[in-house]
Amino acid sequence: MDISNYLYLSIILFTIGAVGVVIRRNAIVVFMCVELMLNAANLAFVTFSRINGNLDGQVASFFTMVVAACEVVVGLAIIVTIYRSRRSASVDDASLLKR
Amino acid sequence: MTTTTHLVYLIALPLFSAALLLVLGRLADKWGHLLATLVSAGTFAIAASEFFAMRSRSGAARATTQKLFDWISVGSFKVDAALLLDQLSICFVLLITGVGTLIHIYSIAYMSHDRDRRRFFAYLNLFIAAMLLLVLGNSYLNLYVGWEGVGLASYLLIGFWNQKPAYATAAKKAFVANRVGDVGLSLAIMIAFAQFGTVSFAGVAAGAPHASSAALAAMGAMLLLAAAGKSAQFPLQSWLGDAMAGPTPVSALIHAATMVTAGVYLITRSNFIFDASSTARLLVVIVGAITLLFGAIIGTAKDDIKKALAASTMSQIGYMILATGLGPIGYAFAIMHLLTHGFFKAGMFLGAGSVMHGMNDEVNMRRFGGLNRFLPITAITFGFGYLAIIGVPPFAGFYSKDKIIETAFNAGGTKGYILGICALLGAGLTAFYMTRLIVMTFWGAPRWSKDEQHPHESPALMWVPMAILAVGSVASGFLFTSGNSMVHWLSPVVNPTGAESGAELMKPIVVSLLALAVVGVGVAYALVKYRTVPVEAPEKVTVFTRIARRDLMQDAFNEAVLMRPGQKLTAGLVWADYSFVDGLVRAVGFTLGTTSQGVRKIQNGYARTYALVMLVGVLALVATIWMVTL
Repeated sequence: MDISNYLYLSIILFTIGAVGVVIRRNAIVVFMCVELMLNAANLAFVTFSRINGNLDGQVASFFTMVVAACEVVVGLAIIVTIYRSRRSASVDDASLLKR
Repeated sequence: MTTTTHLVYLIALPLFSAALLLVLGRLADKWGHLLATLVSAGTFAIAASEFFAMRSRSGAARATTQKLFDWISVGSFKVDAALLLDQLSICFVLLITGVGTLIHIYSIAYMSHDRDRRRFFAYLNLFIAAMLLLVLGNSYLNLYVGWEGVGLASYLLIGFWNQKPAYATAAKKAFVANRVGDVGLSLAIMIAFAQFGTVSFAGVAAGAPHASSAALAAMGAMLLLAAAGKSAQFPLQSWLGDAMAGPTPVSALIHAATMVTAGVYLITRSNFIFDASSTARLLVVIVGAITLLFGAIIGTAKDDIKKALAASTMSQIGYMILATGLGPIGYAFAIMHLLTHGFFKAGMFLGAGSVMHGMNDEVNMRRFGGLNRFLPITAITFGFGYLAIIGVPPFAGFYSKDKIIETAFNAGGTKGYILGICALLGAGLTAFYMTRLIVMTFWGAPRWSKDEQHPHESPALMWVPMAILAVGSVASGFLFTSGNSMVHWLSPVVNPTGAESGAELMKPIVVSLLALAVVGVGVAYALVKYRTVPVEAPEKVTVFTRIARRDLMQDAFNEAVLMRPGQKLTAGLVWADYSFVDGLVRAVGFTLGTTSQGVRKIQNGYARTYALVMLVGVLALVATIWMVTL
């Protein structure tokens, strides 16, 4: 099997994630789409690592996973707090920063 | 040179009294005038004792000094706050405290109806203190403090009735005109510091013979500017007429006898500068000659009794300035005329005040007439002053003015003739306008309304000072000239080398006869011309009269040449500041403001929009990199 198929899969996953972030309103779904983009990037890193025959890409994917784990903790906490105060998790409702 | 410890009381006493009266306010209303008068008399007593002590010493020991404290001490530059009483300053100290005390006494009655009489006396004492500091300072810097102090006192007293806007404006005008002169004095002090490294009179006098002629001429010119401002000399003369807005005792003390003569003192005190620079001396005689004619011409056209006397003051100080410009022998005659003028002019101003007191504050001489029957004492004391100022022997003005005319002729050559003829002409004009004044006021038919005005003689508190000054107007000239006493007294200070007058153009007796002749012509012409006086000033007059009535266009000149261009300049600068300097700043602010208004619209607060923008941005970035590397 051609190894570049992993890259195509990565592109498809990233695109799905990006489109999801832009078009979905529910904060949880947006969050999942962000995770999807991160994992698409991880897949690309690992693939390039395989192609180049060294471990640089795999190391980078570990970093990404750590950052993603932290981001999940903080992000979910924010989403839960917003939901508690507004009874909604819509990202469009949380638009008070413009004022 | 001896030292003493009680000169400071001359200044401290009136200063303390002024401060006390101002601080206590209405609490001191009942006795404020008495305290001020007492303090003034006390300073006169100190001055008199100092005078007799000075006479008992001889030679160089006559001058006394008192060091008060180290004022400025920077490296090698030192200025002490120190007082110097010598033969020149004692003349002034006696004049200031003596005439000052008489005018304090006069003012008790004159100002008795004014609810602010205490404040008036506080200012008078402030003036006495400042003027004494002016004449007692031993350096230009000490003098400068007093110089500014008398300017302040003059401002406060001219504007004493500042509830009338015109009077407040007059005070401001005097202050501003004086400020121009003060710039001259401060520049002169700077020149002295730069050239001699010291500002004390003794230090500058020691350095003057070795200084460059340009520096001496510049310093002399700046001192002359200062003198012109304070003494109402051409071209800074325009404030004196308006200064008559002040109460009449102020006009007598400050604007006739003492403060306006400070310029003469300054030049006489700086004799070492003017003796070393013929350029500066030439400027001095030009200013003096112009002013003595200028003032005399204005005096012939004024109907306001105080303004006519003010013009006369200007003219007489012109004589003094002229005398100071005539070299070492002129100084003593200038001081002599200054002292006799102090007597007769103060006396006449007090007389004018007495007339106003009896005539409901009327000042227009066309509405006087025949007052000698109602104010006999005033008429007599005024008459002595009149005889003194026009120079009838043996009254004071004859001796002092005659000496000046004589010295002017002796200046030599064409200059001597021009100056002498100017001085003679001035004497004739003086005789004319003073005769006009006295005829319009005291003689002829009454031109005032008998229903509204009830002229009456002033109380003794007012006429006694006038009588004393009248005695001075009679006797002082003879005292000063008998045995050349004044010249001998002053010569250690003003003529240390003992210079004699130059070539005698005319014998003194000829000059005296000539002067008497022009005075006679002036008197006779005025008597004929003012046999009848119309109540309203005639409208159909020659262009010369019209110009003289408008003070020889001095205000119009200042307005056209200085004020209007000055206003245009400031308006232009304001416009330039607003449109260019402010404009630049405002343009920056406007650009940033409008730009951010536009950019703000992007910030709509929707997280998804931001995500899309980021995505587009990243795509654009990647696309750019891709296209560049391809």
